Amino acid sequence: MLKFIIKRVLMVIPVMIGVSIIVFSLMRVFSPDPAPIVLGQHATQEAITTWRMANGLDKPVVVQYLTYLWGALQGDLGVSYFSKASVAKEIGARFPATIELAIAAIIFASIFGILLGVVAAVKKNSIFDAAGSLIALVGVSIPIFWLGILLIMFFSGFLHLLPSGGRINVLLEPARVTGFYMVDAVIAGDWAALKDALLHLVLPSLALGMYSMAIITRMTRSSMLESLGQEYVRTARAKGLREIKVVGKHALRNSLIPVTTVIGLQFGALLGGALLTESVFSWPGIGKFTVDSILKSDFPVVQGIVLLVALIFVTVNLVADLVYAYLDPRIKYASKKEG
Amino acid sequence: MSKWDSPVAPGTPPEPASEGLVADETMALGELLPDGSIPEFDETLHEKPENQWLEMWRSLKANRAALVSLIFIAFLALLAVIGPYITPYNPIETNMANALKPPSAQHWFGTDQLGMDIFSRVIAGTRVSLTVGLLAVSIALTVGIILGAVAGYAGGWVDTVIMRVMDMMLSVPSILLAITLMAALGKGIDKAVVAIGLVSIPEYARIVRGSILSIKENDYVAAAHVVGLSDSRIILRHVLPNALSVIIVRATLGISSAVLDTAALGFLGLGVQPPQAEWGDMLGRARGFIFQAPHTLLFPGMAITATVLAFNLLGDGLRDALDPKARIK
Repeated sequence: MLKFIIKRVLMVIPVMIGVSIIVFSLMRVFSPDPAPIVLGQHATQEAITTWRMANGLDKPVVVQYLTYLWGALQGDLGVSYFSKASVAKEIGARFPATIELAIAAIIFASIFGILLGVVAAVKKNSIFDAAGSLIALVGVSIPIFWLGILLIMFFSGFLHLLPSGGRINVLLEPARVTGFYMVDAVIAGDWAALKDALLHLVLPSLALGMYSMAIITRMTRSSMLESLGQEYVRTARAKGLREIKVVGKHALRNSLIPVTTVIGLQFGALLGGALLTESVFSWPGIGKFTVDSILKSDFPVVQGIVLLVALIFVTVNLVADLVYAYLDPRIKYASKKEG
Repeated sequence: MSKWDSPVAPGTPPEPASEGLVADETMALGELLPDGSIPEFDETLHEKPENQWLEMWRSLKANRAALVSLIFIAFLALLAVIGPYITPYNPIETNMANALKPPSAQHWFGTDQLGMDIFSRVIAGTRVSLTVGLLAVSIALTVGIILGAVAGYAGGWVDTVIMRVMDMMLSVPSILLAITLMAALGKGIDKAVVAIGLVSIPEYARIVRGSILSIKENDYVAAAHVVGLSDSRIILRHVLPNALSVIIVRATLGISSAVLDTAALGFLGLGVQPPQAEWGDMLGRARGFIFQAPHTLLFPGMAITATVLAFNLLGDGLRDALDPKARIK
């Protein structure tokens, strides 16, 4: 097991270096020169040269990359072309908002996805099964941003129940400790702020989590159907166990093993979907920041965000793999035999 | 291997690689498929092509959702071709005096913030979405098949290098990778095609490599080696056709995600440039009128969802038709 963990952890390093090379070459080699965009069309040649030197763009690309990599390893992701602030700081300021949204979305997706999947499998071919399939199908087919728009139309425009955008009423913003409003509001003991932040979170996390919910529903259903057909479930039933115990204890526990991996993968995918969700709900996270930075050609910011997201994605996958290995005795056994 | 020694005796020059090939295949089939009892052999993949396609069509016809989707997609394709000739209004003609009008007899879907007819624009957008979807998938398929086939067939360090690069691409969410590519390439629908195509290469490469690894072990590939066929010929004539069904299913589902991604890039303002009509772009530009004129946001979104849904249902139906074992009933 230990060997498997070490091997798996070490695999992260070449992947991250590779991603950094890909992104760096995209931004510095293939992209148009940012100088005229940053300095304006009428900048003099002299100003452009000075600016390029100040940002290290006059050096050979390999040197630029190695400088960047060395800095990145120490947490220095460079400086934004526009705000002149450190990219790490700029990202750090917006990051908790995105993570808070993604966590809310994955919680929503997991709870409802597993629930729908289990019900669909247990009541196979019933109306519940059909409804589950329909939700799963629409969930993977509807564009996140359109779903967000529909939710705003209905819950904010028509019912006036929920706010249409933003993270919190600015007057209620809790003192920043962690940047996670849920946590900060609890620390401050400010229940009004907590309630307001939660209300703001409902629609964006629904919109963002719907796709993952659909995937988790499908996965849970097929995995449950497989377990329900197994010998040990029949045995449990033959023993006279109550159906709820058979389903809950015997079938569900084993079905959830593959579902954990899917949830892990979906969390990574959510960070991509957050780009669009944040755009719709004016959510002040890194998603909106990425789009704005790309439109402005603020390459250091884009590079930093892509690297960070890739790191999270790879780490989450790593954790999901390890959890899977932990839960599934067959994998543990195989690696034991191997080592 | 030993059973192949008798037909090709040592010293005998290999048969010319024409119709003789089929004989090798039928021998393999004859030996492995008397009554379909050999478990590790996937029958659906190894029947003669005519049977496979016929069977697929029969199974697809029985699947009502997939059939309706296929008809709907055919209808969309027709709209994409003749759309520009049948739109009631010029889809790019503005009329500020007539802006944000709700649906009526004159304007079935109403008008947008510039007074353009939404019905005409939704029809005009069909061409953009379908073209981008098809082109992007074609790029991804071509490059993905080549990379996957080479990796799976060559093995060794070639395989390692190709697949590690694929892993790197997969470790960035595809929409983020696509918009990063757009930053490098610049705005525009042609750039969007390239970006969406490039980011979906790894999926195809993985699938093709996987099928090749499993097919490579089959006797008829070994037989092809024995009769002295070149590697590229074996890949093209023997290995790829057998991976085709998996590729078709993936490509159908791939079109649906390409249509979604196109709309997403359009929504973010990175796709088509105005005044050209594209569904995602229409949503992006009208979203300020969400409470004032909701109809501007309803119809383009419905068009995207219906198109994506149809390709998803067709893809699911094809998968069931091609591999009855994968069907979850």
